[in-house]
Amino acid sequence: MNLGEKMTLNTNLKNILLVVFTTLILSACSTAKKSGIIEGDVYTGSETVEYLAAGVPDRVFFATNKSSLTTASRATLRKQATFLRKNKNLNVVIEGHADERGTREYNLALGERRANAARDYLMTYGISGKRLSVISYGKEKPVNPKSSPVSWSQNRRSVTVKVN
Amino acid sequence: MIRLLLLNLFFFLSCSKLFALIEVDITRGNLDPLPIAVSPLHVDIKSEETKNLKTKELGTKISEIIENNFKNTGLFNPLKKDAFVQKPDIAHLKPRFEDWRLIKAQALVTGKLLVIGGKLKVEFRLWDLAAAQEMTALAFTTTPSNWRRVAHIISDKIYERLTGEEGYFDTRIIYVSETGPKNQRVKKLAIMDQDGENTKYLTLGNELVLTPRFNPTSQMVTYMSYFRNMPRVYLLDIETGTQEIVGNFPGMTFAPRFSPDGKKIIMSFAKDGNSDIYTMNLDNRVVERITEHSSIDTSPSFSPDGKFIAFNSDRSGLQQIYVMRSDGSNVKRITFGKGIYGTPVWSPRGDLIAFTKMHKGKFYIGVMRTDGTGERLLTENYYQEAPSWSPNGRVLVFYRETKAGDKGKGFSAKLWSIDITGYNERRLLTKTDASDPSWSSLLSK
Repeated sequence: MNLGEKMTLNTNLKNILLVVFTTLILSACSTAKKSGIIEGDVYTGSETVEYLAAGVPDRVFFATNKSSLTTASRATLRKQATFLRKNKNLNVVIEGHADERGTREYNLALGERRANAARDYLMTYGISGKRLSVISYGKEKPVNPKSSPVSWSQNRRSVTVKVN
Repeated sequence: MIRLLLLNLFFFLSCSKLFALIEVDITRGNLDPLPIAVSPLHVDIKSEETKNLKTKELGTKISEIIENNFKNTGLFNPLKKDAFVQKPDIAHLKPRFEDWRLIKAQALVTGKLLVIGGKLKVEFRLWDLAAAQEMTALAFTTTPSNWRRVAHIISDKIYERLTGEEGYFDTRIIYVSETGPKNQRVKKLAIMDQDGENTKYLTLGNELVLTPRFNPTSQMVTYMSYFRNMPRVYLLDIETGTQEIVGNFPGMTFAPRFSPDGKKIIMSFAKDGNSDIYTMNLDNRVVERITEHSSIDTSPSFSPDGKFIAFNSDRSGLQQIYVMRSDGSNVKRITFGKGIYGTPVWSPRGDLIAFTKMHKGKFYIGVMRTDGTGERLLTENYYQEAPSWSPNGRVLVFYRETKAGDKGKGFSAKLWSIDITGYNERRLLTKTDASDPSWSSLLSK
């Protein structure tokens, strides 16, 4: 094999990769258009999100059966912590929710666990636990009532709600 | 609201258990239901009219309720009345067996009733047509307004005589009535007779209510309510309507059930994101912690002897079913099949645990032995959960939800029942959408 042959091969490979890459982007765009955005199993879109103040989203999303916080969720909660530090007299209730694809009782426990995951993170950023109450609604209050993977991902959430 | 003991068992006419030729095997799915003729009960001409009740029609109405009960078991085939060959009063005295055999009936129910002095007097007989003899007979007296229960009690006695098992017709089902769009559901506690009649609402729908369950005498109910936005377990006396919060927990309590002696409520209490199982003694208010684990422990259900508790935990990572002693010791995981498992409920006979299984996007209601062996999936659907046992341990009632389109369109929640044989799946008719059913004990026991 001489050098010239190797170079042709590499170019061909590059072309193929380019085609594959473009296809991936295109297909990603088409799903995103149809259904919002999910990464892994976690909703990363903004369709249902409301704001505590400009630039401070009120909710974070979870993977199926999970209560761990993603990098994006932690960034959102840090913004909430900053907001709460600025508004010292404000108390919030953190609502924990689950999607409809689980048993009612387990989902109540799961919602509670999710709300507490958010609460614990806010507390590590200096917010007093006294200002942060939690309530779980399990699967009882879907924000999106459709039965689809996207709406389920929007429903797996904890929402920080101002009390006063 | 509910009078449990209006019924005075009056006297047994006879009960001849010998030489009966017919019996119904309910341990298998019955593909060949027993043909049974239910003659209208003869109404004595001395009967008085009572308010809100047409006494003349009572005999036919009672027989229709009995027929409906039998039809719903899947074990009996009630024959059409237009083929009946004998007048009710004459048949009740002594049927012409060969005539009834001619229409292919194997069993015959006859009876008569008399409404007099504000009392309803009823008697019935069950006849074995092949053996040409009476199998059982009973008479009793009650208030006329109780006529539906009379029909259910007669159904229970006949079912008992023909299957050798206790019946489940004189029972009620408590459930959560659901109305409104899926993301703004209004939920109320509702109670109805097992056949869908006599629906009554026990709460107004101002707050979210979930998972009502009867106590062993079916006079009390424990359930979860979001009253004042505090999700807690409550206790409700159906007769008086009085409610109280169960215990003084500083957080959410949920998934309540009674112990088999009715003295304790077992439930989950969530603290700092962790749910564990607790009991509270209703006599002395003593609270006991049963599980102490960093995982979710919920959906506890006592064995009928009170010695064990089945529950749901994700301590292995995902939801599985565990069994432990009632003091919380000796925890053993019993589900190892594919998928995840929830809502274990111990059969009133003690031999089986009913459960919900989730696997590859489908939901199943199933039963298994109490050590987790012998798993049988009875029904598969898009979404269904929360089985509750008939008091004889032969039938499960549960709820099923449909897939919803955009904005929740097409969503519904309904009650269904299925025999533990896996046969005879059918919908229970409710006035509204419904979920979280709990089956009462036999009221006339």
